[in-house]
Amino acid sequence: MTIETIDKGIVSSFSKEMSEPVWFEELRLKALAEFEELPMPKPDKTKIDKWNFTNFNQHTVKSEAFTSLADLPDEVKALVDAGSQNLYIQRNQTPAYLTLSDELKKQGVIFTDIFTAAREHGDLLKKYYMTQAINADEHRLTALHAALVNGGIFLYVPKNVQITEPIQAVFLHDNNEANLFNHVLVVADDNSSVTYVENYISTMETSNTLANILTEVIANTNARVQYGAVDNLAKGVTTYVNRRGVTGRDSRIEWALGLMNEGNTISENTTNLLGDGSYGDTKTVVVGRGEQIQNFTTKVVHFGKHTEGYILKHGVMKDSATSIFNGIGKIEHGASKSNAEQESRVLMLSEKARGDANPILLIDEDDVTAGHAASVGRVDPTQLYYLMSRGIPKAEAERLVIHGFLAPVVNQLPIEKVKQQLTEVIERKVR
Amino acid sequence: MAGSTLTIKDLHVAIDGKEILKGVNLEVKGGEIHAIMGPNGTGKSTLSAAIMGHPKYEVTSGSITLDGQNVLEMEVDERARAGLFLAMQYPSEITGVTNADFLRSAINSRLGEGNEISLMKFIRKMDEKMEFLEMDLDMAQRYLNEGFSGGEKKRNEILQLMMLEPKIAILDEIDSGLDIDALKVVSKGVNSMRGEDFGCLIITHYQRLLNYITPDYVHVMMQGRVVKSGGPELAQRLEAEGYDWIKKELGIEDETVGQEA
Ligand SMILES: Nc1ncnc2c1ncn2[C@@H]1O[C@H](COP(=O)(O)OP(=O)(O)OP(=O)(O)O)[C@@H](O)[C@H]1O
Ligand SMILES: [Mg+2]
Repeated sequence: MTIETIDKGIVSSFSKEMSEPVWFEELRLKALAEFEELPMPKPDKTKIDKWNFTNFNQHTVKSEAFTSLADLPDEVKALVDAGSQNLYIQRNQTPAYLTLSDELKKQGVIFTDIFTAAREHGDLLKKYYMTQAINADEHRLTALHAALVNGGIFLYVPKNVQITEPIQAVFLHDNNEANLFNHVLVVADDNSSVTYVENYISTMETSNTLANILTEVIANTNARVQYGAVDNLAKGVTTYVNRRGVTGRDSRIEWALGLMNEGNTISENTTNLLGDGSYGDTKTVVVGRGEQIQNFTTKVVHFGKHTEGYILKHGVMKDSATSIFNGIGKIEHGASKSNAEQESRVLMLSEKARGDANPILLIDEDDVTAGHAASVGRVDPTQLYYLMSRGIPKAEAERLVIHGFLAPVVNQLPIEKVKQQLTEVIERKVR
Repeated sequence: MAGSTLTIKDLHVAIDGKEILKGVNLEVKGGEIHAIMGPNGTGKSTLSAAIMGHPKYEVTSGSITLDGQNVLEMEVDERARAGLFLAMQYPSEITGVTNADFLRSAINSRLGEGNEISLMKFIRKMDEKMEFLEMDLDMAQRYLNEGFSGGEKKRNEILQLMMLEPKIAILDEIDSGLDIDALKVVSKGVNSMRGEDFGCLIITHYQRLLNYITPDYVHVMMQGRVVKSGGPELAQRLEAEGYDWIKKELGIEDETVGQEA
């Protein structure tokens, strides 16, 4: 199947099959109609015109659900706590497991797959779905996503609800025909707070499938969202992933992202600081290996006054991997007393690897502060000498330095198991 | 066996093709404390780096052995596991690696796979040594030397010395930048190691350290060689009179390396 063969009929019948409300189907069809007219996104310094985002065999694959956590494959078991109360597992596109504590249900928290949300919480979903953070008509891939969305979740935290336990979603990719058009929408209403952590994990090899993932985070007045993610999709998956947040007055969004895909990846992460006094913080770690090409754009845009935006990115590149790290701090006119800070560090482990850190500050207001730091370097031989002089073998010394380099971000991940898993993924990749 | 012996014979060392050490002879045995003094730029740190195996320092001739084993054939980490230790003049900072994780890794690399130290035992030992050195216990969880003050770094080197219990230790300017209280603590740490199984080579510019750690032998380096050796009284005379009398005695005009006698 190519996008030319995806027509109105296929999209409509999928929508009917999922019993979607009319507005949702209309949104799909509008995006489908516009899709071809729209340009591809243009990630700075990476040419993607030869990348495949539009040819694929299957839009829909059906997978079996898990009846209990005991049935989970080991790779997924390793990610979740046995006693986990608030957990969603999606297998390819199929909602495969869901649990939400009674206490949170009672408080009005919604945590469910995107299709159930469309059926059961249509009005709420309609208010936030592709309206505030990401619009369907931004470019060809957002439109393609809107037309073909085939999985994802909706998390809604009502006003004044503070959730202390993390909410976790695992997106398991274990069918080599599955293409992911996954949508995650997190809404934290006024004065609420939540920690959400997601994992994308492939447990099989695939050739030439694609992932088109959009995440929207809405933090309303004085809300706080901590968002952790570990992406670990297989080599044959070409990924476009865009995670974008919007802040209301005095709200905070904090991202901790472990971007560990094995395939070619375009990853965007944007925080639009709309409300006065709001705060955005992004911490990202990346490991590139093999022949893979990746582009990581992290952007914080200040609209509100007294807003603060922080970007911290650490990447390790080995083999012949190529990565572009774009960091953009943008302060709009009127966003006085704002502060934009960013830091990008790339550690090169081989001669053939390429890494490029581009810090950009775009400032359209006088009364602000801003700063950036960027570096691309190699493992410091003096550090290795120091560690080895204490008896630590060279390989272990390198491992310590590399882990240490990534630790400031890894340590930010809010779920202990996910942190461990990320550490293990890094271990496997840099070895 | 009562202690190890580090033997350095006619050691020549070059860096970037430039000869820095020009025939150093020295023997340090378990139970002995040696002090090396000498003006700036005379090759003291070069000697310590060559013993430890810093990759930039090339040994062009001569030998270094530890109990008869050829140290020059060993990698840096093998030298450490064989029993050598170097407290560096400028310790590295390593982000993201806690002091405790680093030390545990260093201890375990000595013990070998299957014989790792238990976490409990490790923590007890580390707490005990940190208290002895009057260090804030929080330092165990700080990143290795990162943001440590000059004095804290030196104290941390001595902590490593006490945790790793080497056979022969070289302390390169362990006293520089220390206030008097820290100097006493660091000396206390070194003195606690003294014994038949521990030999030590202390590089210093100041007699005041040697007031706390009394050396058995004192050596003076100039022009990349040991030009004079004696007992503790030699250090006292240097403190009182400086180096001029030695230069006069030996007919040396410029004591730095690269100059011929
Ligand atoms: N990387 C290098 N490249 C060139 N010359 C070097 C290098 N490192 C050291 N040297 C030179 O070797 C000589 C000896 O240096 P070394 O550090 O051993 O002196 P030192 O006796 O320890 O001095 P100090 O008392 O100041 O610490 C100096 O002249 C120094 O400039
Ligand atoms: Mg020196």
